[in-house]
Amino acid sequence: MAEDKKKTTIIPIGPYHPLQEEPEFFELHVEGEKVVKLDINIGYNHRGIEKLSESMHFDQVPFLVERICGICSTSHPFAYVNAVEDLAGIEIPDRAKYIRSIIGELERLHSHLLWLGLAGHFLGYNTVWMWVWKVREPVLELFEKITGNRNHYAMFKIGGVRRDIPNDEINAIMKTCDEIAKFLEMLYKVVMDDPVLVARTKGVGILTKEEAIEWGVVGPTARASGVDIDVRRDDPYAAYDMVEWKVIVTQNGDVFDKVVVRILECFESIKIIKGCLKGLEKTKEGNIETVVKNIPPGEGIGRHEAPRGEVFHYVRSDGTNRPIRHKIRAPSYMNVPSNQVAAIKGTISDAALVLAAVDPCYCCTERCAIVDLKTNQSRIISGDELVRMCQEKTKKIIEEMGIKNE
Amino acid sequence: MSNLTLKALTKSIWVFHAACSPCNNCDIEILDALTPKYDLERFGIILTGSIRHADCMLVTGVPNYKTAVRIKNLYEQMPKPGVVIAVGSCACGGIMFRKSYNFVKPLDEIIPVDMYVPGCPPKPEAIIMGVVKLVEAVRSKIK
Amino acid sequence: MTIEELKQRLGEKIIGVYEKNKQRYYIDIHPKDILECARIMFKEFGARLATATGIDTPKGFEILYHFSYDKNGKIFTLRVLIEDKKNPEIDSITLVTKAAEWIEREIYEMLGIKFKNHPNLKRLLLSDDFPKDIYPLRQG
Repeated sequence: MAEDKKKTTIIPIGPYHPLQEEPEFFELHVEGEKVVKLDINIGYNHRGIEKLSESMHFDQVPFLVERICGICSTSHPFAYVNAVEDLAGIEIPDRAKYIRSIIGELERLHSHLLWLGLAGHFLGYNTVWMWVWKVREPVLELFEKITGNRNHYAMFKIGGVRRDIPNDEINAIMKTCDEIAKFLEMLYKVVMDDPVLVARTKGVGILTKEEAIEWGVVGPTARASGVDIDVRRDDPYAAYDMVEWKVIVTQNGDVFDKVVVRILECFESIKIIKGCLKGLEKTKEGNIETVVKNIPPGEGIGRHEAPRGEVFHYVRSDGTNRPIRHKIRAPSYMNVPSNQVAAIKGTISDAALVLAAVDPCYCCTERCAIVDLKTNQSRIISGDELVRMCQEKTKKIIEEMGIKNE
Repeated sequence: MSNLTLKALTKSIWVFHAACSPCNNCDIEILDALTPKYDLERFGIILTGSIRHADCMLVTGVPNYKTAVRIKNLYEQMPKPGVVIAVGSCACGGIMFRKSYNFVKPLDEIIPVDMYVPGCPPKPEAIIMGVVKLVEAVRSKIK
Repeated sequence: MTIEELKQRLGEKIIGVYEKNKQRYYIDIHPKDILECARIMFKEFGARLATATGIDTPKGFEILYHFSYDKNGKIFTLRVLIEDKKNPEIDSITLVTKAAEWIEREIYEMLGIKFKNHPNLKRLLLSDDFPKDIYPLRQG
């Protein structure tokens, strides 16, 4: 196919979402090696869910919103049921609160592990990628055991949860958590002690605290920049104010901090899960819902601290059996635009890493084109090439530091 | 398809993963199939980054306005003979997203689909079984 | 920030206040005051813009600006009603916070409300070949 330099035949980032053609998703404007501007195009995953929600019953909506995103699939039903329970003033039994928190935290574990594996791949540590994803498997198997599915758990309903966690399964869950904790401790040591990793990620893609506040970023992206926000602590819901845990905040806002925040959050998640399991033992088995007959007219806001940040749902009802307005705002919506300031401080070889560091919902890192401002030409960069550039830089650092192997 | 090309198809399958508008669960399950636990590669199935080297296209997600044209172009760039596997219930029919204003057409009205792997998401074992079953079906055509 | 402090600071601009519960407050203001009120919420009180919801109602277009005050977890929602449904317009608050850029673009393409002085008011989610005069979230 003849390549016209101005037109784009874009081969996107990563082997994950190879969809060819314009318009570009991430358009990097460069001068030589340095990135000076970033344009972002989204909408490839737009399925009109807010409108669909208006044509469904209140209890059908959790199934719909679960499928907004596969990785943080339970965050959306979580925020939604919080919104409706806020609207109607519904209180749920303690056992349901514990189960909700357990599911939410297990999801955070699986999501952070997924991201850590990806980060390892971008950096060129492919063994780390395979290791981390292998450790993810017990989490998914646990989900299958508790809920019946590896993803899309269908656990949430207005007034409680759909399935109980029988008390005799608690020990098995505790054991899996301990195994994951052991692996995480080892991973944490590797990250903190590896001079190459530190050199590769420290000072890269910095988002300052002022920028984080200006762009309204949420989640680990904000906490890595020193913004101390976490919905679980600020506006407690489910069992988060019934167990001991702490919010992880660091100050530098670079990719290294984002890695550290996510690993430490995994430890806190395990703490929360164990606390909730102990709480389950004290509550009566089977008491997992408050029966709800009608949703009165009104409006409610519910949120949840998803792995990527705050998920925000607003629901308005007019007393009939379906929402008349359902507003959904995913955390990546606030985090991805902040790349416009974080990515422009580095070079192309850091680009893949910085764009991935906010942990956008996968499909976001679909396609990429580079516009060289000096020659005013569009360079076509294949997805694999961009990741390779990222990995090459790591290799160069390894050579410079005189380290023998990975 | 001549017998020679069919035979070539069943030696080692190069698979290309294309997404329309997925929620990404199916995509992650496809990638999970690469991990040591399931290990696609022992079946001779290799994931490739370029459609021009692919024998088989795995499609996930619902076609919407921004992606329907692209998926058609991708299909046309795949060297024939090539097969298409629709992975996940969204690619198979669209499930609840059919009623959306952004929905275009079910995938099999845009490109020909040879194998449907339903599920939300289908487990990695189901995806592997889908690919293997298709290979066997193609092989039996040779005989 | 408490609701009392907010009431005192916004003063005359407040048309009505509805306390849903201890964590959720809805404050009605006039569309012409949105820029000033957003500035007060964001710059003076340090509340974070979580998102903004646009709704098509029989009385007009409502826009709810949800501000989250993270120190106590309360959400203060500023509600404006744009009565002119033929040419709905309001000031953009991107001058106050960049977080509003995508949020306002989405309301624009879903409901057709123009945000004055927005740096980049064009479609965000819908494709270019989606019909230009259809706003999906409008009723009827």
